Amino acid sequence: MALLEIRHVTKRFGGLAAVSDASLEIQPGEFFTLLGPSGCGKTTLLRMIAGFDVPDAGQILLDGVDLAATPPERRPFHTVFQSYALFPHMTVADNIAFPLRMAKVDERKLAARVAAALGEVRLQDMGTRYPNALSGGQKQRVALARALIDRPRLLLLDEPLAALDLKLREQMQSELISLQKDVGITFVYVTHDQGEALALSHRIAVMNEGRVSQIGTPDEVYEFPANRFVADFIGTCNLLDARVMALDGERVTLNVAGLGTVRAWSSRPCQQGDRGVLALRPEKIQLDRAPSSGGEASHFLGTIRGQMYLGDVTVYKVEIGNAVLVEALLPNSTARGARLFAPGDQIYLSWGYDAGRFIHDG
Amino acid sequence: MRRLLVWPPQAYLIAFFLVPTLIMVASSFAWPGEEGGLSSFWVRDAQGIHFDLTFDNYRDIFTSRLFLVLFARSLGYAGLTTASCLLAAYPLALVIARSAGKYRNLLLLMVIVPFWTNFLIRIYALMIILGPQAALARILNALLDWVGLTPVSLLFSPFAVLVGMVYIYLPFMVLPLYANLEKHDPDLLDAARDLGAGSWQRFWRITFPLSLPGVMAGSALVFIPALGAFAVPDILGGTRGIMIGNVIKMQFLEARDWPFGSALSIMLTLLALVVTGLAAWLARRKVGAGV
Ligand SMILES: Nc1ncnc2c1ncn2[C@@H]1O[C@H](COP(=O)(O)OP(=O)(O)OP(=O)(O)O)[C@@H](O)[C@H]1O
Ligand SMILES: [Mg+2]
Repeated sequence: MALLEIRHVTKRFGGLAAVSDASLEIQPGEFFTLLGPSGCGKTTLLRMIAGFDVPDAGQILLDGVDLAATPPERRPFHTVFQSYALFPHMTVADNIAFPLRMAKVDERKLAARVAAALGEVRLQDMGTRYPNALSGGQKQRVALARALIDRPRLLLLDEPLAALDLKLREQMQSELISLQKDVGITFVYVTHDQGEALALSHRIAVMNEGRVSQIGTPDEVYEFPANRFVADFIGTCNLLDARVMALDGERVTLNVAGLGTVRAWSSRPCQQGDRGVLALRPEKIQLDRAPSSGGEASHFLGTIRGQMYLGDVTVYKVEIGNAVLVEALLPNSTARGARLFAPGDQIYLSWGYDAGRFIHDG
Repeated sequence: MRRLLVWPPQAYLIAFFLVPTLIMVASSFAWPGEEGGLSSFWVRDAQGIHFDLTFDNYRDIFTSRLFLVLFARSLGYAGLTTASCLLAAYPLALVIARSAGKYRNLLLLMVIVPFWTNFLIRIYALMIILGPQAALARILNALLDWVGLTPVSLLFSPFAVLVGMVYIYLPFMVLPLYANLEKHDPDLLDAARDLGAGSWQRFWRITFPLSLPGVMAGSALVFIPALGAFAVPDILGGTRGIMIGNVIKMQFLEARDWPFGSALSIMLTLLALVVTGLAAWLARRKVGAGV
């Protein structure tokens, strides 16, 4: 059985539905991420799980039991706030001991558990400091230790790394992964950073305008986006208007505006004449000076219109046929590195039939 | 240029706080003059011109039971006034700080509105409200009569003094408390709740300790003037409600013994300093360095 189940939950603020008809299940031990652009309702959904906000409709169940009547202080969940929310008048040790004191744990047993919790987040010597004497990363760790010390069923994290700089963020990401593995607690993680979501999560719920757009593992949502929004929001994607001409099981033959016939792959059943988009990831397109040939691949001749050097890769904007612009990406893996092609160059593009995804409209 | 910019606040402090206090200290060691006021510090007699100072004023304070009782009573009144103001003001300040923006300004306005009426007029109004002909006293005495007790007078009693002082000083407690509470990060309460704290725990472990600077500021603003109050006890206290402030006022205006009045008022200042210093020290020790 799912640890946490969210059933058709809706929350309105005034006329606006911050979350509408959201349903999802979170399994025990999972690192589950709510991903979406700013204002899509991630925080609102998290606050409803924590109990701070009450759904206008729908249910939230823990182990199959409705939580509606359980106030936040009695839910076996803890939250790591984006602002850390450390108590400024308590030392680090007192902050971390707070949940234990609330649970009336024997004061004599407290010290050892606090020391262990400090060790878990590598802050052994910081117990007597006050929060205002800590760096951002240290505050983050104290907030984690405080939320984990009494081993909640669920840890809710609202953009916990947003305030950290890039290097520290990457370091904290790997620490979060190993921490989650060590303590074995289910994490529900909120972020608007798709890279972070892909790197950390077992499963991701992509949200858009209060709705759950798609739920899946990182590679599922990346490789098989269920709709235009997900394809566009996660990573970079060429989206080309297309219509189904013929089908053969999961293989479809599309008529793509400006390109003509392209073979692609569809994860959902579709019918001849269906409209939608061809989603094509830039890294799945091959660029060559000479024409290549291969059975089921699509081949086009294009002109380089622009390039962006990103260090590890170079992104090319290529014009094909009737003013169709696609992005293609080449790793700078050769010794001399980048700039294989220059703007104005004629090049050949190709991609396998299974690189392109057909996404239905509606 | 830098120095000029630093001058005004320091000049202000020196002119309006330090100098008057020093004058009081000096005059408290003087003799009373022939026609009241002060006699000169310099006396000319057979030995020539010399300083003539005395500790008699302080000795008189410490050897008279009356003055010590009056100091103690003033301390009691001021303490009770501060405690009552705190009890009344805290919930009010909390409600104001946590109400939505538009109501908040309205509520703050209502705290300040009484200031628009002259202080004396408000005290006289209380005199009428507490007077024997007013509904309050009548109902109370009817009740007392009914249970077979002798009627009481609300006016001209320590009770009237306390009511008057609490009424007058309440805004001085509400405003600093509000200013403090309004700044609290609401995430802290959410976090405490999330970590298992019920409403009572959230108040005692988070809100109250974080509000101690506001409590201290408000208490000082109430306690210090309440300690030296004389107008409220004058009007509402009758003979039973007299405070040290009344005696000091009498020394200056009626007995015309300025040195003794000065000595009393220096003692009052020291008392206020000691009490507030002690309270601040206790608060700091209790809450720690994080606030
Ligand atoms: N207390 C509130 N009152 C009114 N509207 C609210 C309230 N909380 C959130 N909203 C609105 O609900 C919508 C969703 O907000 P929410 O904070 O859940 O977004 P989010 O996905 O967490 O965004 P971000 O990534 O910027 O934190 C927003 O349009 C927001 O303005
Ligand atoms: Mg948010």
